[in-house]
Amino acid sequence: MFTVGQLVQPDTVEEAYRILTEKKDAAVLGGCAFLRMGSRAIGTAIDLSHLNLEGITEHADSFEIGAMTTFRMLETDSVLNTFFDGLLAEAVKPIIGVQFRHAVTVGATVFSKYGFSDLITALQALDTEVELAHGGRMALEAFLNRPYEKDVLTRLWIRKDGRRAAYQSFRNSASDFPILTTAVSLLAGQGRIVVGARPLKAAIAVQASQELGRMDLNSQRMDEIAALAAGEMTFGANMRGSAEYRRELCKVLVKRAVTEVAACK
Amino acid sequence: MRKLVGKGVPKIDGMAIATGKPAYTEDLVVANALVVKILRSPHAFARITFIDVAKAAALKGVECVLTYQDVPKQRFTLAGQSYPEPSPYDRLILDDMVRYVGDEVAIVAAVDERTALAAIDLIQVEYEIFEPVVDFETAIGHPSVVHPEEDLHCNFDIGMKKDQNIVSSQRVESGNVEEELSQCDFVVEETFYTQANAQCMMETYRAFNYLDHMGRLVVVSSTQVPFHAKRMLARALKMPAGKIRVIKPRIGGGFGGKQSSCVEIFTAAVTLKTGKPAILVYDREETFTCTTSRHAMRLKVTLGADKDGYIRVVDIHGLSDTGAYGEHASTVFMVAGEKTLPLYNQTKAVRFMGNVVYTNKMPAGAFRGYGATQGTFALESAVNLLAEKMGVDPAELRLKNIAKEGEPFRGFKGGILESSALNRCIETGKEMIGWAVKYPRRSVSETKVRGIGMAVTMQGSGIANIDTASAEVRLNDNGDFTLLVGSTDMGTGSDTILAQMAAEVLEVSLDQIIVHAADTDVSPFDPGSYASSTTYVTGMAVVRAAQDLKQQILEEGAKFLQVSPEEVAFNGHTVRMTGTDKMISLKKLAERLVVGPVHRQLVGNSTYGSPVSPPPFIAGFAEVEVDKETGKVELLDYVAVVDCGTVINPHLARIQTEGGIVQGIGMALYEDVRVDSKGKLLSNSFMQYKIPCRKDIGTVRVAFKESFEPTGPFGAKSVGEVVINTPAPAIAAAVYNAVGVRITQLPITPEKVFMGLQKNSTRS
Amino acid sequence: MQIEFTLNDQPTVWDVSPDEFLADTLRKHGFLSIRKGCNTSCCGLCTVWIDGKPTLSCTALSFRMQGKSVTTIEGVAEEAAEFARILVAEGAEQCGFCSPGFIMTVLALKHELAAPTEEEIVHYLTGNLCRCTGYMGQMRAVKTYLGVTQR
Repeated sequence: MFTVGQLVQPDTVEEAYRILTEKKDAAVLGGCAFLRMGSRAIGTAIDLSHLNLEGITEHADSFEIGAMTTFRMLETDSVLNTFFDGLLAEAVKPIIGVQFRHAVTVGATVFSKYGFSDLITALQALDTEVELAHGGRMALEAFLNRPYEKDVLTRLWIRKDGRRAAYQSFRNSASDFPILTTAVSLLAGQGRIVVGARPLKAAIAVQASQELGRMDLNSQRMDEIAALAAGEMTFGANMRGSAEYRRELCKVLVKRAVTEVAACK
Repeated sequence: MRKLVGKGVPKIDGMAIATGKPAYTEDLVVANALVVKILRSPHAFARITFIDVAKAAALKGVECVLTYQDVPKQRFTLAGQSYPEPSPYDRLILDDMVRYVGDEVAIVAAVDERTALAAIDLIQVEYEIFEPVVDFETAIGHPSVVHPEEDLHCNFDIGMKKDQNIVSSQRVESGNVEEELSQCDFVVEETFYTQANAQCMMETYRAFNYLDHMGRLVVVSSTQVPFHAKRMLARALKMPAGKIRVIKPRIGGGFGGKQSSCVEIFTAAVTLKTGKPAILVYDREETFTCTTSRHAMRLKVTLGADKDGYIRVVDIHGLSDTGAYGEHASTVFMVAGEKTLPLYNQTKAVRFMGNVVYTNKMPAGAFRGYGATQGTFALESAVNLLAEKMGVDPAELRLKNIAKEGEPFRGFKGGILESSALNRCIETGKEMIGWAVKYPRRSVSETKVRGIGMAVTMQGSGIANIDTASAEVRLNDNGDFTLLVGSTDMGTGSDTILAQMAAEVLEVSLDQIIVHAADTDVSPFDPGSYASSTTYVTGMAVVRAAQDLKQQILEEGAKFLQVSPEEVAFNGHTVRMTGTDKMISLKKLAERLVVGPVHRQLVGNSTYGSPVSPPPFIAGFAEVEVDKETGKVELLDYVAVVDCGTVINPHLARIQTEGGIVQGIGMALYEDVRVDSKGKLLSNSFMQYKIPCRKDIGTVRVAFKESFEPTGPFGAKSVGEVVINTPAPAIAAAVYNAVGVRITQLPITPEKVFMGLQKNSTRS
Repeated sequence: MQIEFTLNDQPTVWDVSPDEFLADTLRKHGFLSIRKGCNTSCCGLCTVWIDGKPTLSCTALSFRMQGKSVTTIEGVAEEAAEFARILVAEGAEQCGFCSPGFIMTVLALKHELAAPTEEEIVHYLTGNLCRCTGYMGQMRAVKTYLGVTQR
């Protein structure tokens, strides 16, 4: 049972950040799906409801996604999903159920850097930036790689660069956590291949990504790229699969996603 | 012409429960009930060397903290079985020895949940930690003995050798297996593993209780076994059973889980200590961690057949994991043999033997199928293997070898199988699935192959010579009826089905029957709803009670009309002298009998137990699509053709079947109770233990082929359990037929299939 | 803390603590149709509508209902009964414990999607687990209710 001593609903991001850093047992409340599973005693809970961080806004060259935006909003946003071949909707669709996706939020998921995250896998394949109250704006990749630090994630920014993208996840039961996820994108000779749920957190397969951007894709080339990705990533084991199996799955999923992206051209 | 039996009438309580009316245990809790929480062992095997509850007890709002020092020391079993229970009395309410991660250490009761949980954190415990027995294949002769205590008690010999961690050792055989095998032209041998599964009823375990104005303990519990729960509480608490009353409200699913009384003892202990009402609701994690699961088994099957195509030998050697306590240990194992050996009756020798062992894991218990599920996976997988070896169609092999109606049947010790439509089930199933066209495989793309497979199964209907149910039907003052039964409708619709039977006999409409179940102060005795018994055993009691009442109505009607009972007929509304206008309405008759001058309220009653447990049968067929690149098995279509005798309510029987099939699919493909090397449960939530979701199951199609069981009510047998048995072997066969990978260890995960494919490709 | 919100079309003022979840608050106030089947936000039993959208009441913090509109099955009794009759005619309520949450999702589906395909129906309802029925009977009922032609 998680408990909250005191609740604050700050009116500015700065105030939220100040409370978070001043109180040692303070925490930001997201959708609470994961928070409630623990037995954390939160002294001061910070609710961001008053900061107008819920929703997806289209700008001339980017999408702005507030931290309190739910997965269901990502799934059903009619504008966002005309971009990137509907990548984000595809990524969040298999997650539990409609009710769950109405509850969980983008900000909490990204900030928590969950290894099993479908969303983080997909976001990494796009030109995504994270906006933090204190840390400012930085590439998602940089955020994921930096050590944990108290901060308030306020928004994501995704560049509307016309990228083609495809998403593949592999699950046994359809509403289970993925055994492996992959997202692939391609833009003017720049390829990106992301592999997640390894079960380590999602990361870019750098060499395979470079190869992807390089030249014409035929079936043999795609096999090579997939094998390259599988070879360069590290995989681990958990209840859902061994490292060895994940490596094999990686080849299949990357090939499938690359095939999809190539077909979009 | 039947009016109600055979009709798919809606459940009598359907609208109420569907729309969320308060009807379940927690909805009915009395005011100011203390909230009970349990401190549990973090160790798989340990002895409590020190426990201090002073701080917890001193916390404001805490009413009671109980440790092993504060509770009666009388060993008992949670298994709800007819007395004398075959499950060993091997547990105490609280023990200084803890035997699995989650075993109870202390009981706390407080004014609210928050306080109770805070108190739990304040209890200090020190343990002497022992090496746990985790892997059941190492249990026999393990240096750690799970139950070293001297006061463990068995009501009769179940072959216990507790010093070797053996709960039960069994051997049943007929004929000489070795000799007959040597005569066989085809012999196959394979070892199969079935995993532990969780029942996963949606309403978790819960009970509350209070002392009534007479000082009696009233227990309200979501239980399948009110009468057994009462007896168990009386034993464990060392109090007279007459001082206990158990009431069962609506139940949110049971599947055998609620045949073990996991929570009642704790609330009862609190209420007896404090005099105050108390409630305990297990959350999902506790339900996964600290109740019971299906017994995991290893089953080695040897089959022998002759060149004429007859299966001559069935030999099964098993090992079953009962976990830390022996709930249902010997009987589940026994059933694994009992419901497999008789299926094929051209056999000359059959044998079932092996051991059930204690380990330091959550106890196993009853779960729909009760051993038959495990046995069926092993036997039917072996039969599919045998068919391949013999080069015959597995459907034909079964048609040739199954016990057929009118034939001698090992299940009845040589008696005749009075009802079976299994051959028709197989024929119909073959047509429905498209066996002729689809068997064994079709390639649908470069990477995907479809395969089909099948399995057959039997279960029982109640426990022969043991289950005894009583029923009463009362004619009320206003001319309607109250049906009193002690069975426990856990969503199956048994209350409705029993009402249909009573109404059919009495020739009245369903709404004239009020069903009451179950309250041990009021209901006639019934073991409860388990072992596929309610329709068959309680049903027969209801039919006879209704017939008894009907006869009394005729007699009283005739008396009023001043004629002999042979001269009158009852049509549900009136008792009339045949061929005349002389009549009395039921309403008038009831009024005269109950409140009027006659002074005789009519009550029909019956007590029934059956000397046989007639088997329902199913032929199950699966079509799967296997992705050769990933090993992923997609179930496209499942066909189950059921012989449950006369179908009393086709809608409810269909839903029972579909639901059971999908639980079987879960067992086949997804569900796996897993622990780490220290015995800690990993699959402790719906996030980690995946029951099938809506996207996982493809299409499930069900058909009925009726037989007529002469010992059953209106010719009915059971349907509750048999439905879960076929998916695992049928799906495993379909996977093999698709891609040549034979999975012998459930569940059939993509990784296992993939690794099998890799192995096959390096071999060829 | 005090929240003002709309519950089943009624203006409502309740006192809640900051770590209280809506499912518990609702049950405490007598809305006993709310059931909890898991601790992990993944069974769908506790589904209610928040501003018309099907959401897990076990996961929604009660204080966040401030200014919102919450609907339970008690608030849509007639509409729920209409579907429940079809469900019950199929026998597909079985134990009934998951039915209120399931019905709330089905009604939300009807409001949100016009002429859904079978696949869309399954996708929308996937978050509602049921252990009794095997889903097939529920699907028959939903298709009858929505007027989707049976296969």
